[in-house]
Amino acid sequence: MKTKRAMILVSADSESIRLGANELLENLKEALDAYGLQDEVDIATIVDTGRSNILPIVVVYPEAAIYGPVKPGDARYLVEEHLYKGRIAEDLLAPPKELTGQIGSLRAHKGYNPAEQRIVLERAGRIDPENIEEAITHNGYEALGKTLAEMTPEQVIEVVEKSGLQGRGGAGFLTGRKWKFVRAAAGEKKYVICNADESEPGTFKDRIVLEGDPHVILEAMAIAGYAVGADEGYIYIRGEYGLAYRRLQHAIEQAEEYGVLGRNIFNTDFNFHIHLHAGAGAYVCGEETALIESIEGKRGVPRSRPPYPVTHGLWNKPTTVNNVETLANIPAIIRNGAEWYRSFGTPSSPGTKVYTIMGNVNFSGVIEVPMGITLREVINIYAKGMKPGSVLKLAQTGGSSGSIIPAALQDVPMDFESFRKAGVSLGSGALLICDQNTCIVDLVKVLLQFFRFESCGKCTPCRIGTQRAYEIVERISQGEGKISDLDTLINLAVEMERASNCGLGQTAAVPIRDMLKHFRTEVEAHIQTGTCPTGICEMMTKEVEPI
Amino acid sequence: MPAIKSLEELKRVREEALAKKQLKATPGNVQVIVAMGTCGIAAGARDTMKSVLNFIEAENLSGVTVTQTGCMGMCEQEPIIQVVMGDQPKVTYGKVNAEVAAQIMKQHVQGGSPLKDHVLPI
Repeated sequence: MKTKRAMILVSADSESIRLGANELLENLKEALDAYGLQDEVDIATIVDTGRSNILPIVVVYPEAAIYGPVKPGDARYLVEEHLYKGRIAEDLLAPPKELTGQIGSLRAHKGYNPAEQRIVLERAGRIDPENIEEAITHNGYEALGKTLAEMTPEQVIEVVEKSGLQGRGGAGFLTGRKWKFVRAAAGEKKYVICNADESEPGTFKDRIVLEGDPHVILEAMAIAGYAVGADEGYIYIRGEYGLAYRRLQHAIEQAEEYGVLGRNIFNTDFNFHIHLHAGAGAYVCGEETALIESIEGKRGVPRSRPPYPVTHGLWNKPTTVNNVETLANIPAIIRNGAEWYRSFGTPSSPGTKVYTIMGNVNFSGVIEVPMGITLREVINIYAKGMKPGSVLKLAQTGGSSGSIIPAALQDVPMDFESFRKAGVSLGSGALLICDQNTCIVDLVKVLLQFFRFESCGKCTPCRIGTQRAYEIVERISQGEGKISDLDTLINLAVEMERASNCGLGQTAAVPIRDMLKHFRTEVEAHIQTGTCPTGICEMMTKEVEPI
Repeated sequence: MPAIKSLEELKRVREEALAKKQLKATPGNVQVIVAMGTCGIAAGARDTMKSVLNFIEAENLSGVTVTQTGCMGMCEQEPIIQVVMGDQPKVTYGKVNAEVAAQIMKQHVQGGSPLKDHVLPI
C-alpha cells in the first residue's frame, strides 16, 4: 500500500446520489487512473454536509477545497486542475453559503460583537457582579417573583418543556422533561444541582456566566427548586474557578439578605438554600453521578445506571442536575414565555448557544448566537476570518469530548439535530479552529493523553482503552506505527463505546473515530513514510541500515 | 436591607437602584467600569484598576465612580475599561494597561476627549 498525498471526499447522501454522485465517484476514479494518480490520492464518500443546494459536493484535502455542485462530466477537469496541475479549480468552487436566516434577524446591539442574541449572557459584562441591585435593575429575580406569585410548579415545568430548552452540557436532554421526572419521583426531599464543573479544555462559557452574573444561577436554581419540589440546591463548581466561587458566595449572601433566597422567599412559604461545593480538579466529576458521589464526600467515580439521578440522586433522593448555561436560560424563559424562546434557533433546537472561539482565527472570545448558524459563519463573521495564511482544516467542538469537524462539514447548521445527522456532536460549545499546520495525529495524541490522565479507573474499557489507544497513536506519531494499528484503534473505539461505564470512556473513542473517518490519508502517511505531512510530529531518528 | 416580600417590592427596589444609577449618569459625574473576569485579570486588569484608583487619588478627583463587571466576550482585547461621562454614550477601550489607563484618565476623564487609539469599534 502506497502513501496517499491527497484525499477526495464525495457526498453520497440520497439526494446526491439522485443527482449523479455514484457516476461522479466512478468518473473521478477513472480520471485518477487516467492521470496515474490512483496510488497518490485516496477517495471516499461522506454523508450529510449541510449544503443541500449544491449537491453533489466534492471536497479535496489537504486544501479542504469545497466544490459543488459537481456534475459527473466535471470529474476529469477537476482531477486535472486540482490534483494533476495542483491548482484549485476556482470555477467549480462552492459559492460561500448565504447567511442563515438566524443571523439575518439579529439586531446588532451596540456594545457587542457583530450581531448577537444574548439571553444567557444578557447581564454578564454589563453589570457589577458583586452588587445585587445592579442585577435587580436588569430584571433580576423578577422571574422568581412571578413564579412564586402566579404559577404552580406544574405550570413552570410546562413552560420550560414547551420552550424546548435542551441541556447545554453536551448531551442535549430536554430540561422540562428532566424536571418532570424529578417532580413525579416519590419522596419528600429532593435536590437541585447546578453542574458548574466545567472542565472541558478550552471551554469557559460557564465561567463567564458565573463571574459576570452569579445571580442568574441563584434565581434559576430557586425556580427549579420550586418546580421540582426541592428546598435545597448545590452548586458544584470547578476547583480552579476561585473568582467565580467568591462571587457566588457573595451573591448568595446578598440574595439571602434581600429575601430572594433562603427562608420564606418573597414572603411565601417556599424555602430554598444553596450550598457551594468546590471540586478538586477531577474531569470525571463533570459526569453527573460522579459529581453526586463527590458531593456526598466519596471518591468521584460514576455510578452504574439505572437508577438515574432523577429518582436516586444525591443521598439517593430525586435530583435534577443541570448545567450552568441551561439554568441561565430559565429566568428569561419564565419572563418572556416559551413562544418567545422558540423564536430563536431552529425548530428542533430552540434558543441560543454560547460558544468560546479560539485557535488560528483573528478574534478569539465568547459569543452567544442562535442555534443553527454554521461553523463557516462563526469563523467568517464572529472570529473575523482565519489568520492571514491560514486555511481551515478542522474545528474541534466541545473540548476534548466533542467532535473533530473537518472543513467539509463547516456548512452544517450547528444544532443538536443537524449535528446528529452529520455524525458529529456539539459538545459543550468550545470551538477550537485549526489551520493546515495542525497534524491530526498530534491533535488526537494530545486528546488521548488527556483522557488517559483523566480516566477515573473504575471500569476496564476506559482505564485500559484510553491508555492503549494513546500508546498506539504515540507510536504512529513517532513514525513507528503499523497499518494494522488502525484496525486495533477502531476495535478499541468500538469496545470503549459499548462497554464503558460513563460518558468519559464513550467520548474518548470519538477522536479516534473522527481521525480515521476524515483524515485516514494523513494517518497512513505517518505510518507508510515515517514522516509527518505537516511537520509537527517529531519522528524518532531511525538508524540507516548499512548497505 | 429588609427582605423583599413581593413583586411590587422588588419593583420598588429596582426603581430605587435605577434612580441611584441615573444619578451617576448626570453631567459632572464619571463612571469608569473595569472588566474583571478571569480573562481580564489574567491580562492585567488589576493593575489597570489600581492605576485608575491611584490617578483619582493623586489628582483628588471627585464625582468619579469606579466599578467592575464580568467578561464582555472580547477576551482578546482585555484588559477592557469603559468610560461613561455624564449622560454621554459609553466609550469602550481595549488593551488598557496601567499606563494607558492613566492616559485615559488624564485625556478623557479630565480633558474630555477620548483616547482614539485604544477605542474599540463597537
